[in-house]
Amino acid sequence: MSSLLVERTLGLAQLQDGGRFGVRHLGVTQGGALDWIALGWANWLLGNAPTACALEIPLGGVTLLCEADTTLALTGADLAAMLDGKTIAPWRSFTVRHGQRLQFNSPRSGVRAYLAAPGGFSAPQVLGSAATVTREGLGGLDGSGQALRRDDRLVFEGMASSTRTMPKQRIPAYSQAVRLELIPGAQIAGFTGESLFRAFNQVWRIDPRSDRMGIRLAGTPLGYSGEPLISEGIPLGAVQVPPDGLPIVLMNDRQTIGGYPRLGALTPASVARLTQCAAEDEIRLMAVGQGKAREELIALLDWWE
Amino acid sequence: MKLQIERAAVDTLMIRLFDRIEEGNMPWLLAAAQQLRRQFGDQLIDLVPSYTTLMLHYDLRQLDEHTAREHIFTALAGLQPLPPEHAGRKHEIAVWYDPSVGPDLQRLSGLTGLEVSQVIALHSDHEYQVFALGFAPGFAYMGLLDERLAAPRLATPRKRVPAGSVAIAERQTAAYPLASPGGWNLVGRTPAPLFDRDRDGYSLLQPGDRVQFVPVEHAEFVRLGGDDTPVSGDT
Repeated sequence: MSSLLVERTLGLAQLQDGGRFGVRHLGVTQGGALDWIALGWANWLLGNAPTACALEIPLGGVTLLCEADTTLALTGADLAAMLDGKTIAPWRSFTVRHGQRLQFNSPRSGVRAYLAAPGGFSAPQVLGSAATVTREGLGGLDGSGQALRRDDRLVFEGMASSTRTMPKQRIPAYSQAVRLELIPGAQIAGFTGESLFRAFNQVWRIDPRSDRMGIRLAGTPLGYSGEPLISEGIPLGAVQVPPDGLPIVLMNDRQTIGGYPRLGALTPASVARLTQCAAEDEIRLMAVGQGKAREELIALLDWWE
Repeated sequence: MKLQIERAAVDTLMIRLFDRIEEGNMPWLLAAAQQLRRQFGDQLIDLVPSYTTLMLHYDLRQLDEHTAREHIFTALAGLQPLPPEHAGRKHEIAVWYDPSVGPDLQRLSGLTGLEVSQVIALHSDHEYQVFALGFAPGFAYMGLLDERLAAPRLATPRKRVPAGSVAIAERQTAAYPLASPGGWNLVGRTPAPLFDRDRDGYSLLQPGDRVQFVPVEHAEFVRLGGDDTPVSGDT
């Protein structure tokens, strides 16, 4: 058994896995790593299952004391991580020694880093997942939905065996202009022509009032003149447009049903990309076909196996 | 009933069966859910019933969208509504109706022109359908409430609604399984544990269940394990 001791945290770092499924009809949200691609790669680097439980660290401010000699993997945002003062770049595995300190400072690119350990961090399965959802009191270290706290101990049972190296072309460049792919939905015809033009041609800014439930986009509002909607299930990445005309992209911790019209849903890859955008970052939306999005998704999942 | 299938996401289809919210929709939606679960088996990831729809999230590695649509047509061909005795379970849910735990009783009385006792009588005099679960784990949207009781949500939601609070908004009623923010009108509190991660099925109320609220006195409420801490005024 090995462990990491939490010496410092801002209260945002949480244990996350692939999320909670098969319970959406009970009003239970999905949860899970916001950047599921970074989670998958962190686990792949150590030979774990792609959805094994890892630590999601938004924005930094976390210090961990290593209580064993082992290998860890870091992906996602570059939070200027240091191991005993030596820089640890993301998108690779690295060895740590008992007594060393791993410190996450502040973002240099991206927003959320993912730290994986051999075999995944141990946490109780609550409704089939360890995903932390504070609002619902589910998941996390003791199962009650708490984010990480100081003096928490992250335990993992796996052994550091042979590790892998990221294929370079797979490492995302967060500095590039962001074009998010949207699969148009059934209500798209209910938006006025001018609004549809704006939706796909204006630059949207990430509103700071964004969280694990939804990421808000700021720009010139869109107008919907279609039929009002009766509340219905909401898929991951749904781009809903409330009466103020400003879209909200619904993320992992979204409510399970809702009644605002939707432009459609982002592809899962674009959902992952969006979660690495900081407040005030600029993005554009582009329409994409379902078939292409499915093929790309399957190609990535197959690669991990 | 109609059958309209819409793409909701790369791996999710929206099955639209009705255009309006009606209690009579539920036996059809439940029957459809049963057939879809059977048809899809382990290719189904989540199936979310709501008032007029079922959202179906399938495993895109096992099947493409075209096949998923075919599965849906196969599953729903010749669909018959579930007979009432199979359409969910019936629950009697004890409620202590009192201004201390139902601070909006007076507001409802004012809005509707009914006495508080009439508000309580009307609320507890109907067997409600559970239309959908959402908002929070185990939070059941039930209806339809007597038109005379329909009242808008609070202009400013409370920051904290205590667990067990029984509430009204428009023509729906619900009970809060966990303490959470909320903008519905609070009329009372139930001691019933609505969401329990150790219970089989987790949620006391499931889509399609029928619910009758039963008024109880304070002593009975406490005996049943209810927490009678008043809703604090500043929340």
